[in-house]
Amino acid sequence: MKPKKENSDKRIKKEKTVKTTNDKWVLRLYVAGQTPKAITAFANLKKICEEQLKGKYSIEVIDLLINPQLGSEDQILALPTLVRKLPVPVRKIIGDLSDTERVLVGLNILTVS
Amino acid sequence: MNKNLLKSPTGIQGFDEITGGGLPTGRPTLVCGGAGCGKTLFGIEFLVRGITQFNEPGVFMSFEETNEELIKNVASLGFDLEDLVKHKKIALDHVHIERSEIEETGEYDLEGLFVRLGYAIDSIGAKRVVLDTIESLFAGLPNQLILRAELRRLFRWLKNKGVTSIITGERGEETLTRQGLEEYVSDCVIMLDHRVTEQTSTRRLRVVKYRGSIHGTNEYPFLIDENGFSVLPLTSLGLEHIVSNERISSGITELDKMLEGKGYFRGSTILVSGTAGVGKTSIAAHFAEAACKRGERVLYFCFEESPNQLMRNMLSIGIKLETWVRKGLLQFQATRPTLYGLEMHLAVTHKAVNTFKPAIVILDPINTFIIGDKEIEIKRMIMRIVDFLKANQITALFTSLTSNEGTLESSDVGISSLIDTWLLLRDIELSGERNRVMYVLKSRGMANSNQIREFILTDLGVELREVYIGASGVLTGSARVAQEALENAEVLTRKHDIEQKKRELERKRKALEAQIAALHADFESEESEAIKLIRTEQDMIKRLEQDKIEMAVSRKTVIKNSTNSKLKK
Repeated sequence: MKPKKENSDKRIKKEKTVKTTNDKWVLRLYVAGQTPKAITAFANLKKICEEQLKGKYSIEVIDLLINPQLGSEDQILALPTLVRKLPVPVRKIIGDLSDTERVLVGLNILTVS
Repeated sequence: MNKNLLKSPTGIQGFDEITGGGLPTGRPTLVCGGAGCGKTLFGIEFLVRGITQFNEPGVFMSFEETNEELIKNVASLGFDLEDLVKHKKIALDHVHIERSEIEETGEYDLEGLFVRLGYAIDSIGAKRVVLDTIESLFAGLPNQLILRAELRRLFRWLKNKGVTSIITGERGEETLTRQGLEEYVSDCVIMLDHRVTEQTSTRRLRVVKYRGSIHGTNEYPFLIDENGFSVLPLTSLGLEHIVSNERISSGITELDKMLEGKGYFRGSTILVSGTAGVGKTSIAAHFAEAACKRGERVLYFCFEESPNQLMRNMLSIGIKLETWVRKGLLQFQATRPTLYGLEMHLAVTHKAVNTFKPAIVILDPINTFIIGDKEIEIKRMIMRIVDFLKANQITALFTSLTSNEGTLESSDVGISSLIDTWLLLRDIELSGERNRVMYVLKSRGMANSNQIREFILTDLGVELREVYIGASGVLTGSARVAQEALENAEVLTRKHDIEQKKRELERKRKALEAQIAALHADFESEESEAIKLIRTEQDMIKRLEQDKIEMAVSRKTVIKNSTNSKLKK
């Protein structure tokens, strides 16, 4: 098993990890290939994060077509799935993240901000 | 796909017989049923047997139990999943979704599931897949439309993958499954059921549908025990068992004589029926002993006595069953009929026969089953047992207790038509005694004796005696002995009579002869007297004539006057 972070498609982004004392958002987006849904989801996620969590988030995109064995770790069924690894508790958001409000509720960002 | 429907054997005892070879290869099969009916186990066994017997690796995707739970749960059945996982023969994947953790935002599909399944299949080269219970997804995912569309896609995808799969589903109120999975999986549907009637539970299995294949449509009982699943192919699909001309001894010489001197046919079904205490078990024990002496295996089901009690009792008539038990030729299976339902009994019988492989099976007695169940069901069950045993060339002996009321010929269980040889035992009460008699009511394919024989239990086993049949009816016991004595006396008297008559005749003959002799003697003496007289007369005549002549000579007269002269004189 290769480490997750090396095998990336071009959209793997692991940047902007700003150390804030309490708030560090680790997000993981599961996709299977560059499907339209996956691309939409990533774009939506990126946008929301930039707007709401600027500087304190990291996004890891995992392509299950490349690393299918990673699917069971986070109990992935539906694709695309966004997993909020941190802060705990783990939350999962499925779908292409087009409903921004629900994404915010799902990530508990609304209360945070 | 192949034109002829290929089948993947499950390796589950009996199931492959019902379905004519197993589940459809490369297609999904739906296994549905209520809670605790054995769906998961069916799936697991399908996989494990597939691995161990047919070398087909499998994937088990569980939507309910975690892998650890699963491994523990099936370990009790002797399946070592951990070992199989280690050897890359089985892949376990626990799919878990928590509704509360999930937020739905926009469009999605279940490609993740596909990827995971695909990965699991490819990683071990699986040929078999079990999805247990995929309906849990309905609880976890809010969007039913997507879910249904994806399930449809999943089953098609499984088909394209060419894996033989089992999808389990909870039984619904009116549909086969709660979520109507039968809409998507239509090649083969198997229903498992766990019913409790009269406080006894029975598991049953039914093939609801099997596209492109014939299959048994009945409900087949099955059991889950330490060796996993076993389904009973109850009524074999035909009456095509091989018949044997071999004869086997009943263990009672006299009884063999009543059956053409050879005994029963091998593979036939024998019923010994009679009222209480007439010696049914004794006949069975004799048969068992005789078989063991021939070196055959005997499986003895006793439903009323414990094996030890039975052995002790049989010892009193000189049958030492214990020896054979120790030698491993005789095996007892003692269960109370009420312990479980009929089908379960059947299943147990089936299993015991399959493992012990006996030449002879004894069920003693069959009608204790009546307690809980209906007659028709018992008949059906006996029929199934008979069919099963016949198909395996096993000679079966059933005993049946008949009540004193009603006709003896109608066995309580009403199975007479299934029986090849029927021995009827009955008691006759006469002059303060109760004696046993036996006769052969019927015996297919042989010229059996029509005699009623007295049946005596001695220290050396069962003995059959000639009964007295005469003007005063059938006599048994001491009445028979008395009658025989009486008859002997009569014969003796008659003999005396005859001798006396003979002597008398002799005497009469002798008397007659004596009389004849006397008469002869009389006659002889009379005769000689008469002759003497005749002679004297003749002499006198001669002398007279002489005198006449002399006179004439002297008188010189003519002789012709002699008459006158005579008158003058």
